[in-house]
Amino acid sequence: MGFLTGFFALFFYAAVIIFVAGVGFKISQYARTPAPLKVPTMPAPLTRKGVAFRLFTEVVFFKSLFRANKWIWILGWMFHFALLLVLLRHLRYFVDLNSPLWSWVILIQPFGKYAAFAMLAGLVGLLVRRFTVERIRYISIPSDYLMLILLLFIGITGSLMTFVAHTDIVQLKNFIGGIMGFSFDAHMPSDFILMLHLFSVFMLMIIFPFSKLLHAPGIFFSPSRNQVDNSREKRHLAPWAAKLEEAE
Amino acid sequence: MAKAKVTPPEMREYPVIPVLKPDAMKSDGPFIAKPMHQEPLNFPGELVDNWEEKAVEKLGDLVGRYRSLRVYLDSCVRCGACTDKCHYMIGTSDPKNMPVARQDLLRQVYKNYYTPLGKFFDKMGWEWGTKLIGAKKMDRSVLDDWYNYYHQCSQCRRCSVFCPYGIDTADISMAARDIMDHIGHGQKYCNEIIAKVYKIGNNLGLPEPALADTLEGLEEDLEDETGIAVQVPLDKKGVDILLVTPSADFFAEPHVDGLMGYAKVFHEAGVSWTISSHASEAANFGMFIGSYENMRRISLRIREAALDLGVKRIVFGECGHAWRVAYSFLNTLAGPFDFLDPKYPVPQHICEFTYNLIKEDKLTFDKSRNDDMVLTFHDSCNVARATRMGDFPGGQFVIPREVIKAACNNYYDMDEDTIHDLTYCCGGGGGLLTDDLMELRVKGALPRMEALKAVTEEHGVTHLAAICAICKSQFTKVLPYYNFQMDQIVSVHQLVSSAIILDGQVTDDDD
Repeated sequence: MGFLTGFFALFFYAAVIIFVAGVGFKISQYARTPAPLKVPTMPAPLTRKGVAFRLFTEVVFFKSLFRANKWIWILGWMFHFALLLVLLRHLRYFVDLNSPLWSWVILIQPFGKYAAFAMLAGLVGLLVRRFTVERIRYISIPSDYLMLILLLFIGITGSLMTFVAHTDIVQLKNFIGGIMGFSFDAHMPSDFILMLHLFSVFMLMIIFPFSKLLHAPGIFFSPSRNQVDNSREKRHLAPWAAKLEEAE
Repeated sequence: MAKAKVTPPEMREYPVIPVLKPDAMKSDGPFIAKPMHQEPLNFPGELVDNWEEKAVEKLGDLVGRYRSLRVYLDSCVRCGACTDKCHYMIGTSDPKNMPVARQDLLRQVYKNYYTPLGKFFDKMGWEWGTKLIGAKKMDRSVLDDWYNYYHQCSQCRRCSVFCPYGIDTADISMAARDIMDHIGHGQKYCNEIIAKVYKIGNNLGLPEPALADTLEGLEEDLEDETGIAVQVPLDKKGVDILLVTPSADFFAEPHVDGLMGYAKVFHEAGVSWTISSHASEAANFGMFIGSYENMRRISLRIREAALDLGVKRIVFGECGHAWRVAYSFLNTLAGPFDFLDPKYPVPQHICEFTYNLIKEDKLTFDKSRNDDMVLTFHDSCNVARATRMGDFPGGQFVIPREVIKAACNNYYDMDEDTIHDLTYCCGGGGGLLTDDLMELRVKGALPRMEALKAVTEEHGVTHLAAICAICKSQFTKVLPYYNFQMDQIVSVHQLVSSAIILDGQVTDDDD
């Protein structure tokens, strides 16, 4: 096992562990923190089903953002949806495409491939907005720019491998398949662009649970969006508030 | 601080976003509470010695108790969706009145003490790191910004409508105010009023004998006007309904005309009702200061009054934030209300009550009695975005309008971007209705005044109807700054009162 293979294998494990454990911890923390008051932004759905639909429109269509600002919506939605397609396309490096279970991954390959451009366009637009719109420049902090630059870097290195200088994809698949089964026989392709790509992806995974990227799990726990409007019908009492009452 | 003369901002022909004017609203903020205002609420009388530490500690406590706060502090991506949505930002151009910037005042401290990266950078003393993630130590400049800018938020929730994660600046400003109260740095206006509620029973400090006198006077006025003995009872036991209404309804114009409207509606419905001197206030300023404990203590008065008087139902008068606490929180804070008649929602809004009677065709109106007015309706922020009326989402928009339309011939809505859940706050909500914040109040009213001007020019609208004591008081004060008349604001039940013909009432037309 060469140095590169060892380094990227370890980096891969570390990134996955930090990402999964970190996000898992935050999710469980959100779930454990009580919401003592009914605070949905009204008008709100009257049923759980309605809330599921409300969250669906927020997560899939960014409905509130659409109402707020069409430019941010176009750029933000384009970036996120393209990123999703790109990520799904990447499944081919992790799964067995011959299995009928994963045949759809083959179908979306061309979409995922060209979604890279939409993703980059969205990111560039968001970055330009941060520089040029006075209000957004005012509220931006250094990590906001860095996050966009990191994502752009991932997108550009990825696109270079797809459209300009192909990497040894068979070798890469062997390497990934290997380290996922804790076997280090297949070595990491010594391709500089690929290294930059993987390095930045792992960095993003590590940063995820410590940054504003927590908006991804956060939206599902946002009381203003996930609560049912039924406060008159059903008494809502947090455990600490119940204790407060008992103490009297 | 208080300025005698305030120049209102120019009305904009088109709703363009203002160019930022940093520190335009930097000041010492509203008057600070004295020990006599703080102590009845169980807060320290003045700024405690180790307040930096205590503030951080309280923030940690709140983050552990409120999921909203934790998720909101973690999730903001600074996308900018909210930056042009706040009426105070629009009216003052101060960038710290952008909702996200206002939130970041608290978020920067949260990051420094309660996120792994912030703690790490702080411990290592790496300033570049704290700058990188926008973290900041708790210090005097932070506290001064908190005090100033968290008292420039009316907790109207307009920003939360547009936030892709539903981050609600109202929740964050409530938390900040709660922290400041806990270190002895509260706001005089809110805390003095809450102390008055504990001591006397209502925000205005109207004691029971004065209240009894006032209500008797109202009964006389009602009889003079209608020739019918319409009652306005106080502390009457064994009646059907306990009416809880803002104390402004007991004497200020146009509030009191609304109260006379409720009395006529109850009379016509044939229900018995009463006001309670123990709970002679609907408003709950405990919400403004983000104090669950105080909000609960204020709410319990209503439960006690309902039990003591043996009523079957609770109805709330026209009051915006009160309706939020009543509709969304009362069951939580002072429930369960299983001793009341289960046929009716607890509590009910007076507009729901009147609306139901209109639907059942039980009220007679002579709409022409309001023909001297062309009306529009101001959706009060907390009613619109934090509550409901009726049994369908959005009832809070439909029902008050239906009540107005049942009583008036001439009605027009304002621009659709300024009504329903996109309504603008009057500029005086959330504990800001105090003279020491007059400049802020005038400037914050700008978007609403612009929308009013537009319907005035387009449809000849003459009056603005509202269902909130704060909105009514605020508009009475600020309308003149924008070349309107102070009496162009009316209560919804004032319109009902003018148009309703009581059973057996001899009208001028019959003479």
